[in-house]
Amino acid sequence: MQAQNTASEPLLEVRDLEAWYGESHVLHGVSLDVREGETITILGRNGAGKTTTLRSIIGIVRKRKGVITLRGQDLLALPQHKVARAGLGYVPEERGIFASLSVDENLSLPPKIADGGMSIADIYRIFPNLEERRNSPGTKLSGGEQQMLAIARILRTGARVLLLDEPTEGLAPVIVQRIGELIRTLKTQGYTIVLVEQNFRFAAKLADRFFVMEDGRVVDTFATTELSARMGSLHEYLGV
Amino acid sequence: MTTIFGVPTAALYGQLLIGLINGSFYALLSLGLAVIFGMLHVINFAHGALYMLGAFAAWLALTKFGVNYWAALALAPLAVAILGVIIERTTLRRLAGLDPLYGLLLTFGLSLVIEGMFRHWYGSSGQPYAPPPQLQGGVNLGFMFLPIYRGWVVVASVVVCFATWFVIERTRLGAYLRAATENPALVQAFGINVPLLVTATYAGGVALAGFAGVLAAPIYQVSPLMGSNLIIVVFAVVVVGGMGSIMGAIVTGYMLGVLEGLTKVYYPQASAIVIFVVMAIVLLVRPAGLFGRGE
Repeated sequence: MQAQNTASEPLLEVRDLEAWYGESHVLHGVSLDVREGETITILGRNGAGKTTTLRSIIGIVRKRKGVITLRGQDLLALPQHKVARAGLGYVPEERGIFASLSVDENLSLPPKIADGGMSIADIYRIFPNLEERRNSPGTKLSGGEQQMLAIARILRTGARVLLLDEPTEGLAPVIVQRIGELIRTLKTQGYTIVLVEQNFRFAAKLADRFFVMEDGRVVDTFATTELSARMGSLHEYLGV
Repeated sequence: MTTIFGVPTAALYGQLLIGLINGSFYALLSLGLAVIFGMLHVINFAHGALYMLGAFAAWLALTKFGVNYWAALALAPLAVAILGVIIERTTLRRLAGLDPLYGLLLTFGLSLVIEGMFRHWYGSSGQPYAPPPQLQGGVNLGFMFLPIYRGWVVVASVVVCFATWFVIERTRLGAYLRAATENPALVQAFGINVPLLVTATYAGGVALAGFAGVLAAPIYQVSPLMGSNLIIVVFAVVVVGGMGSIMGAIVTGYMLGVLEGLTKVYYPQASAIVIFVVMAIVLLVRPAGLFGRGE
């Protein structure tokens, strides 16, 4: 793979992405790009296509058209179980903690895809309450702990590009704050992060750039520095 | 003569042993069904036919090629597993995501085809298969006479059932299987080859049936219909234990085998239906089965 231009070329690029759930056409041409070490946030109302965009990138949604590349590698051409191995870590919206697996087993479920991931000991140092519950079934944890577990288990894999789908949904403000701190730490460690959020006050403190989605399309994009100037139109998009 | 509730102890222990033997087959077969159902959501009606194939594979290997019992114990399940891979890859895979009824009909059809072919080639009567020389004869335990082969069947089935349970509940491969049973899309999104796991699960489940078939060959005769006689009871066992529950399938298998044996002693008229009576009661009281999680 060519090393030149990596600074200016996007690490993850999605171009003119269309996607379908069965017969229903949900994405109508989504384009976005993420540079190495950058955190972007996809905003939009319920049903705008944010989750579908992530699910299309990771390959859970199979009926897709357009371009998705990671470090120049075409992800659309890969069988589903090879997509993560290209370097992606995925935290699904519903957290995806397995009831029939203990906390320990949940943590070690995703296979290592690259060197440099955290060890289980590192993870338990950061999340001591997970260690206390290491032998309980994953779904016996509180919502906040489950979210921590969902993020922690992909930090083990060595993935450097993280897809986080509404990590703050339904959580108490104090937990939201902790997750915010965690994402900020990951950012300083050079992780590239694609964050889907409804809560743009939360996202504003983390993201470098925003992509706004409506009806299966990206309708606006701007840098965080432009956020205050954009508040008016943002209120309109999000209906808040 | 010593008696318990008016029944001679020798008869009681004899029936208990027969119950344990039957229970060993119930446990091995319902375990395979439960593993397959958990992962594929297929009610594998071909299970009885594949059990019969295991027995026939052992018999054919011995009579045609002189392959002994011990080698057959490994080779016959392997042959059944390979057939399982072919069945899963060529037919069951195409039914994934459809109503489980389609899988049931397909496997039911397969079992008719397989049994029909063997009836055509070998007739309906049973073929004898002698236990290996090391396991012939018996020992007098003082309170009863124990044929060594029958004791071996109980031990072998307990060991294989426990090993299967261990792999599923205590190993990393088992964690993949349990996770893929719950949420295959997410497990695949983590980079695990779920279609391969599905094939392996089906192959492993039917290999258990093939193994049970070899164990059964010296006890029952090797006949094309040996599986269909057994499989209906095994389905009742799975319903009582709870679909998809590993430990439930094993424990219920032995329990109902013993219960059936005891019924033969105390009320023989009911012995053929006692398992179905239990099934009806369990369905009324706990529809998810004794060990089922319910959904």
